[in-house]
Amino acid sequence: MRSLIRSYSRHPSGMIGLAILLAIVVLAVFARQICPVSPWDSTGQPFMPPDSPGFLLGTDSLGRDIASGIVHGAGVSLLIGCASTLAAVLIGIVVGASSGYLGGRFGELMMRITELFQVIPAFLLAILLVAILTPSISTVTVAIALVSWPQLARLTRAEFIALRDREFVHAARCQGESGLAIILRQILPNALSPIIVTASLSVANAILMESALSFMGLGDPNLMSWGYMIGEARTMIRVAWWMSAFPGIAILLTVLAINLIGEGLNDVLNPRISRR
Amino acid sequence: MMKAFNRDDTSALLQVRDLSIALPGSADRTRAVDSLSFELKSGEVVCLVGESGSGKSMTAHAILGLLPRGIAALPGSSVRIGGLELIGADETSMRALRGRDVAMIFQDPMSALNPLQPIGRQLAEAIVLHTERRLRAADIDARCIAMIQSVGLPSPAQIMHSYPFQLSGGQRQRVMIAMALINRPRLLIADEPTTALDVTTQRQILDLIRNMQCDRQMGILFITHDFGVVADIADRVIVMRHGKLVEQGQRDQVLTQPSSDYTRTLIDALPGRRAVNVAMAAGEPPAPEAPLLEVTGLTKSFVSRNRMFRPARMVVAAADIRFSVHAGETVSIVGESGCGKTTLGRMIMRLIEPDAGTIRLAGTDIWRTRGDALRQYRQQVQIVFQDPFASLNPRQTVGDAIIRGPLAFGVPLADARARAIQLLERVGLGAAALQRYPHEFSGGQRQRIAIARALSVQPRVLIADEAVSALDVSVQAQVLALLSELKREFGLTMLFITHDLRVASEISERIVVLQRGQVVEQGTTAQIFGSPQSAYTRQLLDAMPGKNLFANPGGRERIVARQA
Repeated sequence: MRSLIRSYSRHPSGMIGLAILLAIVVLAVFARQICPVSPWDSTGQPFMPPDSPGFLLGTDSLGRDIASGIVHGAGVSLLIGCASTLAAVLIGIVVGASSGYLGGRFGELMMRITELFQVIPAFLLAILLVAILTPSISTVTVAIALVSWPQLARLTRAEFIALRDREFVHAARCQGESGLAIILRQILPNALSPIIVTASLSVANAILMESALSFMGLGDPNLMSWGYMIGEARTMIRVAWWMSAFPGIAILLTVLAINLIGEGLNDVLNPRISRR
Repeated sequence: MMKAFNRDDTSALLQVRDLSIALPGSADRTRAVDSLSFELKSGEVVCLVGESGSGKSMTAHAILGLLPRGIAALPGSSVRIGGLELIGADETSMRALRGRDVAMIFQDPMSALNPLQPIGRQLAEAIVLHTERRLRAADIDARCIAMIQSVGLPSPAQIMHSYPFQLSGGQRQRVMIAMALINRPRLLIADEPTTALDVTTQRQILDLIRNMQCDRQMGILFITHDFGVVADIADRVIVMRHGKLVEQGQRDQVLTQPSSDYTRTLIDALPGRRAVNVAMAAGEPPAPEAPLLEVTGLTKSFVSRNRMFRPARMVVAAADIRFSVHAGETVSIVGESGCGKTTLGRMIMRLIEPDAGTIRLAGTDIWRTRGDALRQYRQQVQIVFQDPFASLNPRQTVGDAIIRGPLAFGVPLADARARAIQLLERVGLGAAALQRYPHEFSGGQRQRIAIARALSVQPRVLIADEAVSALDVSVQAQVLALLSELKREFGLTMLFITHDLRVASEISERIVVLQRGQVVEQGTTAQIFGSPQSAYTRQLLDAMPGKNLFANPGGRERIVARQA
């Protein structure tokens, strides 16, 4: 574990990603201390451009502070992105690993169920789920998790099928290891790097999907989020570009940071590249 | 027939002077090839011998200007073909040379042939590329067909339209030879051309190369790691180690009176040289008691459907296989690729389910055991796989891999650890290996780890599935010696699956010969080698490379006689 951290710290782009993500996490955790002003309060004149006194990133059409919105929205985006991906990865690994390792009729059945989710356009399904379940931070998380697990399940299954007939898996079977131990100890570690990379992309995707839901007015109405800000700003992009540009940049940086971390993890977790 | 090297031709066809090739900084030595000099006359077969990593393939690639990106011959190196300097020659002149004056055959004909083009097209391309004037399609076809015929392939017209995957390994290598020779090159470089082939196919390809060489009086630089092959084909031998020339000389002189210790070690390491009696001395005569492992009527066939509306293809991997192994015995299962020997090993391990038959361990039928009983069975029978790179989990430490087995059978962690350390020390790796990952070890070391892992659950029977085939000869000899020591120490019974009769003769007391899933012959090692009963066994014995030279030095006449 210590050597893993050491070799990750030597990975330049991974460290850049980690630095950006840490900065965003700090923003999210200390939101109240950094920006005591509530993002919902109209504290200034409407449409103040960036770099106005007291409003670094300007104000929106109701005179609300954009900087405060970005700081307070960071937590929502990260929380939904990570929680929904974690849930999707868990579902995906359980479904993919069991159907890939066991195969046969059971595997086929699991794949048909997966396809059931895949044939419905993901975003439409998410909208539908949120609309039925009434928008809140937990329903948005559940909805995003439910639409993003199929690709992880398929990936896990493909990796498991490729690995389950390898000689080291046979060797483990001959050593008397149980099926669960083989899945967890022999196959999963070897299948993990593409799963981690896909999951990191999936976090980014979840953040985008949350933004899109908020943009359509289906976000948690009690929480400020980047997507909501862009949604509010979209009609005024010609008069006040900063209203949509800054939340957009925030989303971009977060997604980029997570992708860089995913890439770094992929390199570090591969024992042939690192730790010579 | 005239002997090639007697020809009165003093000018060297290939002249290599002070060839040095630098390796990138991260490699384990600074030079892949270190001031290597040698000559090759036309009509001469020179064998470049060495273990993996000795720089022999690098040398061949340097001659043709095919070094990997970022690696180049160092200044001062010189490679001349017919007086023409090749180091520093531009790509255009190299391209004109390759395939016309100098041709190459590779180890793996499957990856050297284009899988998406029929053989005829690939052959024709070799002609068209090196002919100035335009040729008529019919002329090209005629030349291709004549060439295919001359390498001994059946129905040339059909081969012309076949794709590489439709041919067998031996046929593909013949196609490669046809392609290399179609422009009548003066120099042929053959990089381990028979290593991937079965013994009988290897024998045919070696004979073919020899014949073609006699007909065309070309020079051949033959790269191999197998001194048996050297004995069969070489005029002169060059031994390499760590990129340096160790020894060179006439074949018989190098093989029978090597001047360097390294060459002597390599030749002594050749399996089968210590012959039958060693194995016989090691084991006691088989006791008349009940066999420990008994296989009767074992049958398995694989059905593959490749296309709709086509009849399914059925491959028989085992047809009524019947043999038994007594406690303390070593029995070899010998056969060529596709004969079902690996399937047999896996059926005994219950990794593949047989269609019919019984497998008994100490009298208990284990065919239909499941769950816990199967686990108990597997504790008693363990397997070492062929490829030590595939059989160890790259993400698991060596210690963990060895400890898991005993843990699964209820041994406390501390005891399992102690046992793992003890085993690692016994196989010559030491306790330090415990925390390391498989990729930090060489092939031979990995195979030792795999052996330690198999022994960690204290089995009674050890199945070795081609356990030494992927290793260099010297490492092979060490691992074989280790296995027979361990067998004595732990009182193991061994089932040794191999394609190499030389290895089988060295380690086993009895041999079972398998052909197309059937037992052709079985008997003691002395019987099989001394008086083989079936034609197939005789054929296998006959094809063993280097048999003649080591049996009666100067045995080259036999090959020449066969060509006449």
